[in-house]
Amino acid sequence: MGLFQIFGFGPGGWGLAMLEGAAMTLLVSACGLLIGAAIGALVAWARLSRHRPSGALGEAYAALFRGLPELLVVYFVYFGTSTLLTDLANLVGYQGFVGVPSFLAGALAVGVISGAYQAEVYRAGYLAIARGELEAAVSVGMDRLLMFRRIVAPQVLRFALPGLGNLWQVALKDSSLISVTGLAELMRVSQIGAGSTHQPFAFYLGGMALYLVMTLVSTRLFDAAEARATRGLRRVAAG
Amino acid sequence: MPAETPALEVKDMRKRFGSLEVLKGISLTANDGDVISILGSSGSGKSTFLRCINLLETPDEGVVTVAGEVIRMRRRSDGRAEPADRRQIDRIRSELGMVFQSFNLWSHLTVLENLIEAPVHVQKRPRAECVEEAKALLAKVGIADKWNAYPAHLSGGQQQRAAIARALAMRPKVMLFDEPTSSLDPELVGEVLRVMRALAEEGRTMLVVTHEMGFARDVSTRVMFLHQGRVEAEGEPEALFSGATSERFRQFISKERG
Amino acid sequence: MDWGFIGATFLRLIAAVPLTLEVWLSSVILGAVVAAGVTWMRVSDSRPLKAVARAYVAVFRGTPLLIQLFIVYYGLASLPAVRHSLFWPFLRDAFDCAVLSLGLCTAGYQAEIFRGALIAVPHGQVEAARACGMSGLLLFRRIIFPIALRHGLPAYSTEMISMVKATALVSLITLWDVMSVALKIRNDTLVTYLPLVLAGAIYFVVNYAIGAAFLALERRLSPHLRARTS
Repeated sequence: MGLFQIFGFGPGGWGLAMLEGAAMTLLVSACGLLIGAAIGALVAWARLSRHRPSGALGEAYAALFRGLPELLVVYFVYFGTSTLLTDLANLVGYQGFVGVPSFLAGALAVGVISGAYQAEVYRAGYLAIARGELEAAVSVGMDRLLMFRRIVAPQVLRFALPGLGNLWQVALKDSSLISVTGLAELMRVSQIGAGSTHQPFAFYLGGMALYLVMTLVSTRLFDAAEARATRGLRRVAAG
Repeated sequence: MPAETPALEVKDMRKRFGSLEVLKGISLTANDGDVISILGSSGSGKSTFLRCINLLETPDEGVVTVAGEVIRMRRRSDGRAEPADRRQIDRIRSELGMVFQSFNLWSHLTVLENLIEAPVHVQKRPRAECVEEAKALLAKVGIADKWNAYPAHLSGGQQQRAAIARALAMRPKVMLFDEPTSSLDPELVGEVLRVMRALAEEGRTMLVVTHEMGFARDVSTRVMFLHQGRVEAEGEPEALFSGATSERFRQFISKERG
Repeated sequence: MDWGFIGATFLRLIAAVPLTLEVWLSSVILGAVVAAGVTWMRVSDSRPLKAVARAYVAVFRGTPLLIQLFIVYYGLASLPAVRHSLFWPFLRDAFDCAVLSLGLCTAGYQAEIFRGALIAVPHGQVEAARACGMSGLLLFRRIIFPIALRHGLPAYSTEMISMVKATALVSLITLWDVMSVALKIRNDTLVTYLPLVLAGAIYFVVNYAIGAAFLALERRLSPHLRARTS
């Protein structure tokens, strides 16, 4: 089949499947990033707290995932959660293997890794808030929850945007590793197409092109978001 | 007595930045031992003029002659001027010592290493000789004990004195000072001016772009006042400062004093 | 606790470390050489060269390493032009493909690190060097490179560690690195956690050692940044 037909949208064409794979990539990366945001906020909070054990735990978490290969984490989360679930199921009498859906395991793996790096971004963002602003909030009588909601969180997000933009791209690329679990994201679809049509070069190149489009568009979007979000700030260096 | 070759001669220098003409035909002759203070408000082109002499900026027109050697220039295909011979530029630069407003000592080298870097690697002089001379120069500028320190550990005044010693280590024919005290805290300015005064009294040929009126009046042999890219007034310090010559200069020094 | 099994697993994993380190070191060196070239293009005055350099960085940093690896190992092998070229003996070998692919990828990241380090060299210090008559290779060798090196070391250390983590991907192109061995043990024995945990520990120790080595190098090269001792 000609290249055009292979990637086309007609019968036997892989165009649609590749685009669906790309959509899956976006979805699982986004879920991973959100999970990472929750974990990252928690770890950042632990590291910022004055409670020494929490601080140490937070630092250990960050150090752990900076030192482990992402592929290993994907395998560990995928096999590990499946084993855990199977053991739990066996306890309540269910025999046989219980597999965790690869989407869930994949998003969790990406999230767990991303969380370690997001923690650093949030922590730096918090430390960048001028002490004076927090003092002003306290002096007008804001309670801690209100202060967090109205003063701290928006500012942390503003400062964290550049770092988050970078981590989003990292999540997109890490999501390709989820292909080993069988999830039909872009990498896996490229792989299946390559095997099926015996045209690995075309399919992997096509997949790479789609990834590139996703990262380039993401860069544009984040740059625009940064420009909007920092319009009140004086920047040291323009973007 | 036969006419000596001037240490430095600049004829009709012009420089444009885009559509803005910053130097509109400046000429200068410096004989051995001349200490010429170049004064002017910001935008007058004085720093640009100095930087064009050692080609850190490229003048569009004009001839620079150092100790009788003309710096050869040529025109690029787009009409811009550029040095014709890079080796000549390197050599001439090694005969001119420049002291910068922000010191610009090399941060990864100790003070001593800063001083011997160019003599050893550019002038290819033996290391032992350069080290000995460097230590003497450091003593001369008053920071002999800092030879093994890094620039980051010195005060501004000490850094600038080290920078002066670094320029001296090249055995320059002419020294160029680009606002040497403008970045210093007021209490540190004195120690640098003292060193420069000592150099002047030794008979060094110096071009000094400065805002220090005291130095210009008391130490220099000649004063040049630039205004909007032109030489507005030039002559002996007593003459200029007594107010005899230019109205603009009178206004300028009263603003500086005020 | 079956210490015998743990010990045996550990030894099998350790035996795979040399291959992991070989892939790592070779690809890092290849990457440095390619990155030097890309950086040279990036800082040149030529518009087309600059554009090529920026495109290179965008492609290799904007796409997953896994797909780059598969293009080199599976994709190139399927092209008749490649099979008949003089590169074929290299491109059919998994190790060479791994080094090539990882090297080209890290070159994209290293090029950005080099560029950032060069930009961080204070312009005034370069001017002072020019004013003394330095130029060209001498200026680069004595002033620009040493200062840029000190600026770039922390980021370079991080990239070196990322590269160790990246080597785990070669398990997917039939190389027997630590990751592959761990998976094989798991598949053979159906013990899930132990091989992966031990493999993780090994990677962690290797990365820690590399990080510590770079930190020591940074300290040695930066006495000028340390606090005054006197």
